[in-house]
Amino acid sequence: MCICKLAHLDQKSSTGEKQAEVEETLKRIQAHKGVIGTVVINAEGIPIRTTLDNSTSVQYAGLLHQLTMKARSIVRDIDPQNDLTFLRIRSKKHEIMVAPDKDYLLIVIQNPCE
Amino acid sequence: MPAKAGDRHRQGQSGPSGGKAVPPRPPKAVSRKRDEDVSMEAGDGVDEWAAAKTLVKPPDQLELTEAELKEEITRILTANNPHAPQNIVRYSFKKRAYKPINYVDQMAVHFSLNGNMIPKDSDEGRRQSIRLSTAAEKAPVETSAVTSEEAEIKDEASTGNTQAAGEEEAGGSGTAETTERAEAEEPPPSGVKEQKLANQFNFTERASRTLNNPMQERACQTEPTPYKNFSATANQWEIYDAYVEELQKMERSKEKEKSKAQVPKREEEKKKGRRLTSLESQSDDITKISKAAKIMERMVNQNTFDDIAQDFKYFEDASDEYRDQEGTLLPLWKFQYDKTKRLAVTAISWNPKYKDLFAVGYGSYDFLKQGQGMLLLYTLKNPSFPEYVFSSESGIMCLDFNNDHPYLVAVGFYDGNVAIYNLKKATSQPSYKSSANSGKHTEPVWQVKWQKDDMDNNLNFFSVSSDGRIVSWTLVKNELVHTDVIKLSGEGTTMQGPEGLQLQMLGSGTSFDFHKKIDNLFLVGTEEGKIYKCSKCYSSQFLDVFEAHHMAVDSVSWNPYHLKVFISCSSDWTVKIWDHTIKTPMFVYDLNSAVGDVVWSPYSSTVFAAVTTDGKAHVFDLSINKYEALCTQLVVAKKKNKITHIQFNPVYPVIIVGDERGHVTSLKLSPNLRRMPKEKKGQEVKKGPEVEIAKLDKLLNLVRDPETKAGK
Repeated sequence: MCICKLAHLDQKSSTGEKQAEVEETLKRIQAHKGVIGTVVINAEGIPIRTTLDNSTSVQYAGLLHQLTMKARSIVRDIDPQNDLTFLRIRSKKHEIMVAPDKDYLLIVIQNPCE
Repeated sequence: MPAKAGDRHRQGQSGPSGGKAVPPRPPKAVSRKRDEDVSMEAGDGVDEWAAAKTLVKPPDQLELTEAELKEEITRILTANNPHAPQNIVRYSFKKRAYKPINYVDQMAVHFSLNGNMIPKDSDEGRRQSIRLSTAAEKAPVETSAVTSEEAEIKDEASTGNTQAAGEEEAGGSGTAETTERAEAEEPPPSGVKEQKLANQFNFTERASRTLNNPMQERACQTEPTPYKNFSATANQWEIYDAYVEELQKMERSKEKEKSKAQVPKREEEKKKGRRLTSLESQSDDITKISKAAKIMERMVNQNTFDDIAQDFKYFEDASDEYRDQEGTLLPLWKFQYDKTKRLAVTAISWNPKYKDLFAVGYGSYDFLKQGQGMLLLYTLKNPSFPEYVFSSESGIMCLDFNNDHPYLVAVGFYDGNVAIYNLKKATSQPSYKSSANSGKHTEPVWQVKWQKDDMDNNLNFFSVSSDGRIVSWTLVKNELVHTDVIKLSGEGTTMQGPEGLQLQMLGSGTSFDFHKKIDNLFLVGTEEGKIYKCSKCYSSQFLDVFEAHHMAVDSVSWNPYHLKVFISCSSDWTVKIWDHTIKTPMFVYDLNSAVGDVVWSPYSSTVFAAVTTDGKAHVFDLSINKYEALCTQLVVAKKKNKITHIQFNPVYPVIIVGDERGHVTSLKLSPNLRRMPKEKKGQEVKKGPEVEIAKLDKLLNLVRDPETKAGK
């Protein structure tokens, strides 16, 4: 239900403002407790913004891109009107969270404090 | 052509580059015409007769020096076909490249002849043997010597036979015909043997052969067709997407047909569209990730505050069973923001549509310390950062969400202005704001409340202020138009001013609340401690006055279920529950400290909560305990902080409490505080407002009757 709210934000007039806001959100995520790194991947699977080193970013990008495609395919195969909103992979050491958005992919690796 | 001998040495001239090796001709051959090969080595010193001959040089022979003539040239005889190509290259579609073919066929066929022998046992063989036997019967068997005449006759007969046979078998195969002929010839030869004349002395079998032109294979290959790899999947959802796209295209084309008259508009749109696309294609726009970033932030927060989220959803205090009637408040998230650290929470309200979104107004209650104000909207899903941030020059004192349009927030300021913020718009400035010209209040606005749209479908809301006016603001053509609804003039408040003027002293309104069902009826609480019952229809008179408190009435609120009951709280440490038909309160509670706010719970007509300036929150349930709070809990640090406001979440068992430091704390109500009336065994649990009303009525009757009796 809160996804409608997000649509309100998208109607902002200037892209500059919007950009600044998104940048700030990403900064906040990165500064959040337990977050190890963030990677933003564009439609071609190339990391356009990352806080990890290049090789790791590229690795994450390639692997998670494929997984997200597969996951989305699964969800939509079962019901074509449905779509993937979020993907979480919890492992022993940390949690990888993937938020797909049309062509882009936002990956955050967090160490949930337990 | 293959060479005919082994390794050879050649002396003298080299032949033409064709490399045809010609063996030295036997003496007999000399007599023959040399018509085959042009190059003749006349320089063979071996044959003496050849030496006697003159050198016959063909006219186009190479002229070589002596040294060159003596040069020895090695010729190697191989089994290679000199006519065969040496490097055939074929295009391989598998490898997508030209690759040479290793093995080139070296076989050269000089002569081929299709045989005409057929096995005896085959169908055809049997047929022919049968025919043979019949033919043999026909032709007279003659064992006499072969005479030419007879042979001729036989031949004719045989040819006649063959002809007949040929006619019989119309279009028979060549082999069949030849076999026929052979067959036909057989019976006569069996009779008349024509023997081959073979002379032992000078019989030579002579055969000749036509010149076989060397075969050369020429192959040609076209340029490989250009091709492109294409792969795709056809899933359920891809098919669905394709259909949806098709549908959209059709709809668009329909729209275009309809709006053909609006050509200039469309052109504009097209231009805009072009501009947008150019922007997008410029760079990897980070704005595309905005939605994902938002979701991600919430997920990260959920991870960090995982235990709180679990508590919020699932934790039910089990110890409540043992605590008899007391309950507790479990602290959940705490919301705070940098810029509001020095501001006090002056108003909180839940959004009517999104049950996890709430608005917090910041300002200051201190008369001397007035600064800027802020309006923040938080969601329970993201406790670390507000969703919306609005700032203002003057402190915000109150706010209210519009029920029909949950994106509109009405706000009252300390400087007497009111404003409407539109959450859908990007700006942090209000969409509409009142000003000194448009009739703003002269004192702080203590409360605003939205009303139903008026007859022209304009939005309107009411505001109450210390200047004694209750004003109705209507949004007409993007402007706020004010109408004074009522002035809080009390009895005995006219004064004799200088020069004989009569001044009206107005009461200062501090809070008000509209009745849920009866639209026109509303209550106003004042600074003097009185509560006026008013109607929108009567602008000069009150319907009723309640001498409620000794100090300012901080909050009045109608009971959400019971139509007659309302509650009020004041800085005189008391909370009072009234029936608006009766002048004296039904219940009075003394909370030992100035009460900042009191609010009914949305799920039960007998539960309410109050907060006091000593940092405590009190939750009462009249159906369980009429005299004492079920829960009194310290929510914020006692000495430094005061709680200012409290609100119940309409859906979840959560309350939010705002304090003077700008923090908002959320607390979960333990089960004891949310108890529904116990059903008797066997009876259905009735839920709904009627039950609540009945519940409260029952209580009130207990209280009321003796009082009315006492009153009488």
